[in-house]
Amino acid sequence: MAKTASLREAYGRTLLELGRKYPDIVALDADLSHSTMTHFFASEFPDRFFNCGVAEQNMIGLAAGLAASGKIPFASTFAVFAPGRCFDQLRVSVAQPHLNVKIVMTHSGITVGEDGMSHQAIEDLALACSLVGFTVLVPSDAIETARAVTAAATTTGPFYIRLCRPESLLIHDESYKFLLGRAEQLRHGTQATIIAMGLMVAPALEAADRLKLDGIDCRVLNMATLRPLDAQSIVNAAVDTGAIVTVEEHLEHGGLGSSVAQVVVRTRPVPMEFVALKSYGESGKPAELLEKYGLTAKNIEHAVRSVLLRKNT
Amino acid sequence: MSTEKSIPELQEIARKIRRNIVTMVAKAASGHPGGSLSAVEIVTTLYFRIMNHNPANPEWSDRDRFILSKGHCSPVLYSVLAECGYFPVEELMTFRRINSRLQGHTHMGLPGVEMSAGSLGQGLSFAVGCALAGRVDKKPYRVYTLLGDGECEEGQVWEAAMAAAHFKVDNLVAVVDRNGLQIDGWTKDVMNLEPFPDKWRAYGWHTVETDGHDFNLLIDAFEHAQAVKRQPTVIIARTVKGKGVSYMEHNVDFHGKPPNQAQLEIALKELA
Repeated sequence: MAKTASLREAYGRTLLELGRKYPDIVALDADLSHSTMTHFFASEFPDRFFNCGVAEQNMIGLAAGLAASGKIPFASTFAVFAPGRCFDQLRVSVAQPHLNVKIVMTHSGITVGEDGMSHQAIEDLALACSLVGFTVLVPSDAIETARAVTAAATTTGPFYIRLCRPESLLIHDESYKFLLGRAEQLRHGTQATIIAMGLMVAPALEAADRLKLDGIDCRVLNMATLRPLDAQSIVNAAVDTGAIVTVEEHLEHGGLGSSVAQVVVRTRPVPMEFVALKSYGESGKPAELLEKYGLTAKNIEHAVRSVLLRKNT
Repeated sequence: MSTEKSIPELQEIARKIRRNIVTMVAKAASGHPGGSLSAVEIVTTLYFRIMNHNPANPEWSDRDRFILSKGHCSPVLYSVLAECGYFPVEELMTFRRINSRLQGHTHMGLPGVEMSAGSLGQGLSFAVGCALAGRVDKKPYRVYTLLGDGECEEGQVWEAAMAAAHFKVDNLVAVVDRNGLQIDGWTKDVMNLEPFPDKWRAYGWHTVETDGHDFNLLIDAFEHAQAVKRQPTVIIARTVKGKGVSYMEHNVDFHGKPPNQAQLEIALKELA
C-alpha cells in the first residue's frame, strides 16, 4: 500500500517551523484555522496570528498592510473564498503594488467532496494566474508542499499556493529538491508527454505505467509551478515527444491546459488533449467525484491514446 | 520631519494646495477635484502638524503612515506630498499623463504613497494591517487613513472596522471626509449612512465629530486621539465638497470633472 500524507498538515507544520526561523512571518486566517492548519502557528505565536473571522476581503487587506510594513504574511482559508471572494482585494491591494503576501488556500477542486459545488474551487487557478506577478504553485504531495511553502517564505513577491483537502499519495521522498519555476520530470518517455499538477500527478504516473505495459512510452512532467510557467520543459516535451496531454483538477479554461497550449502554439504546435473539469461538481466522496467527472488514471490513459491517433495522422 | 506650523501658516499651505489641485486637474483635463478640495485641511493638518515623517527618507520604518483609501482623491495627497518635498512641485503637472509617477488613482512607487488604491473600501483594512505590524514590531508609529463617506457603503469598511476594534489597535485613526455627496447625489438619497457616528460607536470605535475645515479643531481631534488607548479612533470630519471654489461647493458635478480654462481662472482668482 502506497503511503499518503496530508498537504494541509504539511503546510501547517512547515509554517510553524518557518515562523520559528523568521520572526517577520505572521499568519492570518478566516475562521478556518483548524482546517487550513494555521492553528499550529497560532498556538505558538498568538501575537503574530490574526484570526479575521468570516471576513476574507478584510483578511487580504490586513495582509497587504502587514506586507507593506515589512512583515511576511501567510493568509489562509478555503480556495473557494480566495481568490474568488476577494479577487478585487488581491488585484488592487496586493498584485498591483506587488506586495510580499502569501496566499495559501486549502480545500481546492472537486475533492472537497460532500460539501458540494459551492465549496469546490475549480476556477481559482484561472483567477490566480490573472493576477500579474503572482507566483502560482500547485504541490503534488506533502513533501512538495513543505518545499513550496518554504520557497514562498524565502522568495519576495506575492504567492498563491493551492492545496487539496484529502491526503494524497507521496510521490517524493525527503531528498526531493524543489526548483521554483521548473517542471519536474518524473518519467523520461518519448512518445507523448503527460503534464499534470497537484493531486493529478499520482494518477498521471499510474496512467504512464499502464501505457508502458502496452509499449507506449510517456514522459510525465509535474508542473508544480504554474506561474511563472516553465516554457522550456513544455517546448522540449513538444519537440521530443510530439504529443501532449494536460491533467488538472480545475476547469479546462484558464489553468494548466490553457497555459501549456499557449506555449505549444507559439513554439512547436503538436496535438494536445485536456483532462480537466468542464462543469461544476456536486456532493459526493472525492473518489466518486473524480470518477464521475473524468479525472482518473483511466481517463488520462484514454486521452493519451486519442492524442497519439492525431499525432500519427 | 517635526514641523510645528502655525494656523496662519497652515492656512497659507492649504491655499497653495487648493491651487495645485484645481490646476493639475484642469491641466490633466481629468480627475476628481470635489473630494480633494474637501480633504485639504485634514491632509494638511496631518502632514504639517501631526505626523512624524521625513520626506528625505520616505521608507523610514518608524514613520507615521497616511493611507489614502479614497484613491480618486489623489490630487490632494500629491499636492501635500509635493509641498512637503517628497518630489518636485512641478511634477504635479504630469498628473494622469503617460509615463508619469502621478497615476490617476494612487499607486505605490511615488515617494510618500503608502498604498495602491482606487477600488473603494480597501484602505481601512490595509491601515489595520500597518497598525498591527507596528504592534508586532513594537514600533512607535501611528497610522492614519482617510475614507470618503460614500466609500463607507462598501462592506469591507465594516469588516475592517470590526477587526480594528477586536484587535484593539489604538495606533490607528480613521478620518471620514463627511462631505455628504457621492457621484449619484447626496449620500442620504443614494444610500443613507445615518446614524453614522452611532454605527462607528457600535463597532467599538472612539468616535469624534468635528469641522473638517477648522485647523484648531482638527489638531485637537488628532491630539486627543493619541491619548485613546485600547480602541481605534474615528474622526468624522464634516466638510464641504469642492471647498474653496464657489461654483464647486456642494456641487456633485465636480466629483470627477475638471474645470475648463475659464472655470480654472475663476478658481485661481478665488484662491489668490
